[in-house]
Amino acid sequence: MLKLPIYLDNNATTPMDPRVLEAMTPYFLEHFGNAASRNHPFGWEAEEAVDYAREQVAKLVGADPKEIIFTSGATEADNLAIKGVYEMYASKGNHIITATTEHKAVLDTCKHIEKTGGEVTYLQVKRDGLIDLQELEAAIKPTTILIAIMYANNEIGTVQPVKEISAIAKKHGVLFFTDGVQAVGKIPVDVIKDGIDLMAFTAHKMYGPKGIGALYVRRKNPRVKVTAQIDGGGHERGMRSGTLNVPGIVGFGKACELCRLELEGDTKRISILRDKLETELMKLEEAYINGSTEHRLPHVTNISFKHVEGEGLLMGFNKNIALSSGSACTSASLEPSYVLKALGLGDDLAHSSLRFGLGRFTTEEQIDYTIKSISDTVLKLREMSPLWEMYKEGIDLNSIEWAAH
Amino acid sequence: MAYSEKVIDHYQNPKNVGTLDKSSKNVGTGLVGAPECGDVMRLQIQVDDATGMITDAKFKTFGCGSAIASSSLATEWLKGKSIDEALTVDNMDFVEELNLPPVKIHCSVLAEDAIKAAINDYRVKNGKEAIKFEESVVH
Repeated sequence: MLKLPIYLDNNATTPMDPRVLEAMTPYFLEHFGNAASRNHPFGWEAEEAVDYAREQVAKLVGADPKEIIFTSGATEADNLAIKGVYEMYASKGNHIITATTEHKAVLDTCKHIEKTGGEVTYLQVKRDGLIDLQELEAAIKPTTILIAIMYANNEIGTVQPVKEISAIAKKHGVLFFTDGVQAVGKIPVDVIKDGIDLMAFTAHKMYGPKGIGALYVRRKNPRVKVTAQIDGGGHERGMRSGTLNVPGIVGFGKACELCRLELEGDTKRISILRDKLETELMKLEEAYINGSTEHRLPHVTNISFKHVEGEGLLMGFNKNIALSSGSACTSASLEPSYVLKALGLGDDLAHSSLRFGLGRFTTEEQIDYTIKSISDTVLKLREMSPLWEMYKEGIDLNSIEWAAH
Repeated sequence: MAYSEKVIDHYQNPKNVGTLDKSSKNVGTGLVGAPECGDVMRLQIQVDDATGMITDAKFKTFGCGSAIASSSLATEWLKGKSIDEALTVDNMDFVEELNLPPVKIHCSVLAEDAIKAAINDYRVKNGKEAIKFEESVVH
């Protein structure tokens, strides 16, 4: 029996794996110690658990455990990386390069930097969502200290050419930070092979708990330092003070371990389901995939159904299927997704998009239900859409003078 | 965001979806909104020339559930009303009837605009002057 609602918004957050919860439970009640308590068994147990988890987290991304700084999540890790580098390397320069499709945690941090006297270049992306490497290299100047480009995009799943970006950064002696939130645990990420200097990632996008994330900070070739943004007891090698969230860290470690062991099988299975979903939905007329289909996360697809509005579309099934839309009809601004607009999509297509994020617990039965449900709703709403009628009559919608409101 | 039951009902069972012959002299068509804004409403009325009564109304809407519900409700209200009565329909009537939250008020404004645009189209077609309305303040 198919259980409703179906969860296909795994880019927003993932459900916890029961094995992760099981690993965490003892650290709430029995082993509640403070990992910084050096004088008794409660502290030792907690410290041991944190050490083991740190190894698991490091192992997933090919890092040394000493290079993992635990934070409250990826937003904090993004802030620590960008502000921390900006402050630490102030004598070297004040210029940061990023892209327009970055997560708000990166973009808003860069805006903050601009307010405090820094300079930020926002690279445009191409139609497929990828940055132009030549443009990136051309943007580097003597004052550039950091390139901040995400590993994979949260809305369209586009995977950036990380190895090429890091090679350019290295060539010019600039640090490379990547927001790895959507990629880590979903595709192989290796900080050494990928040449990453700093990377933010978080547990709750990989079947772990919310409220715990990490910043990878390279220790060798080059040794990278960031100025702490939270001061206190000098935890995490002085880069992030605050009593460690032991149960969260244990859960994060377990989640990383499971991803490392099961990534290959999961990816294969999930990408087959994603492809089925995409192929079937693309059979509808005037459906378009947003972003690169070649350089893309295996569990993500973002599709625009022309002439139906995203929020209206969601309403047709959102009691039963949890999804996101690029339309922002609920916000006062009425502005659709800035990521889709950065791809050069017209507002009409951006308003008509749905983001699908499949996950470890997605089943074929759920995908079959979703295909049927969404296809039916698209067809029903097109019957109600004046734009669809005009399109069918061969009227060029751009020729109409819309009473813009 | 949770929709009111009335919005859900109109969305699931929209009333009077369809198209009237826009070239007909006794049909008035109002097309308001813009694809870029995520809302386009087309409201059509059929008027009995002799009595000035609206005998039929149809809509098609591209937009969110509240926009669809507002236009569906508009067609229900318009049928059987005189043009003069139709002109008194105010956007706040939609807000109250459908329990629209503040972020959805623009849907009600659009529905009111669509009614006025359809009436003006009918008037102009029949040699009457278009009525000048005050600009909507929302947006």
